[in-house]
Amino acid sequence: MSDAGCDQALLLQAEFDGELDAAQSAALAVHRAGCDICRANWDTLEAARAALNESDLYHRATPALRQALGARLDASETVAPRRAARTWWRPALGLGAGIGAAAAALVMLLVIPPADDALLGALVDAHVRALQPGHLADVVSTDQHTVKPWFDGKLDFAPPVKDLAAQGFPLIGGRLDYLGGRAVAALDYQHGKHPIDLMIWPDRGADATPNSARHNGYNLIHWTQDGMSLWAVSDVERDQLEAFVHDWQRAP
Amino acid sequence: MASDSAFAAVALPHLDAAYNLARWLTGSTDEAEEVVQEAMVRALTYFPSFRGANPRAWILQIVRNAAYSAVNARRAQRTVPIASDGEESAFVALADPGADPETALIRTRDKTQLDALLARLPIELRETLVLRELEELAYRDIARITGAPLGTVMSRLWRARRLLAEAARKGDRP
Repeated sequence: MSDAGCDQALLLQAEFDGELDAAQSAALAVHRAGCDICRANWDTLEAARAALNESDLYHRATPALRQALGARLDASETVAPRRAARTWWRPALGLGAGIGAAAAALVMLLVIPPADDALLGALVDAHVRALQPGHLADVVSTDQHTVKPWFDGKLDFAPPVKDLAAQGFPLIGGRLDYLGGRAVAALDYQHGKHPIDLMIWPDRGADATPNSARHNGYNLIHWTQDGMSLWAVSDVERDQLEAFVHDWQRAP
Repeated sequence: MASDSAFAAVALPHLDAAYNLARWLTGSTDEAEEVVQEAMVRALTYFPSFRGANPRAWILQIVRNAAYSAVNARRAQRTVPIASDGEESAFVALADPGADPETALIRTRDKTQLDALLARLPIELRETLVLRELEELAYRDIARITGAPLGTVMSRLWRARRLLAEAARKGDRP
């Protein structure tokens, strides 16, 4: 298979995959401006991605597999771990009481139950809607002290606003959104070229550690902290979204 | 026991990714589950030497090796792989990379299912595409998992995407 007649094809693909740094990207842009083959190749890259995104091709581990795996890992241990069925998921995992102690480290274990599918869909829709040109932020500011007061009088609660620029997730603004029958705060962060949305609304429940989910190619992480329910939504890799949540939870 | 829970904390968040890769490499639900269990037990054994950098790539590398072992063992036994749709062309998925993948794809023209198109890509192209587009891994992680140089990862990815885009275009997609 040829490179379709342009020696920059793989570089173009690297740009498409977000693998180029700013200088490489700029150098490529000069070439691309006058290259019809690059234009066609870019269409090919987008067509392949669109085709993959249209179909639900991701295969998830079944609860049965989780259970079988738990049993098998137990059997590999010399000492059978004691079970403490304090929560619904622990017996299913069968990995023993040690997990409870390691709960702090065990951040992303839980998978959001399918009953929340409608909410996941609504969150992703809101995120995608916001990505349309000019819709991302109603208040554009990298200053948390500008963004936070902007919500005053627009919501019946005061959302926590934090800037994570130092951690590589700069705040770029905020907006109002409407989810599950109520107005919510949406904070916009940036990571590389990827926008991250953080939707916030009040939740009287106890603090809950993050759960992750995936919907239509987007990653979502939900947690509860200080009386707020928080949802991070983005097309960044899950590792990076986990890092974002980790940093957000710990930021002052 | 301390090591047990530490292992669970590192490995289990990547169980879906592990299963997804195993499922795409073996083409079979049962075999994928077996491969994942095998890989997780292996990972638990190696865990004391794991240094903490990028657990997902580490787990996927072990899963990938276990899946290749399973696929090769099956091929050696000449048992018929379980194709999702029970078609005669299931072996195409394991085709020698030198074989002409276009021909294999054209056979699926009537069937616009992306699932079928992806399943019929040569295994090297398929794993690269799955790791990039479904797992959204960076090139360097894909290179590490598949044991291929960066340049090879890039050209495989490009071939896989062109085949897929071409096949999707040939099918009567709107």
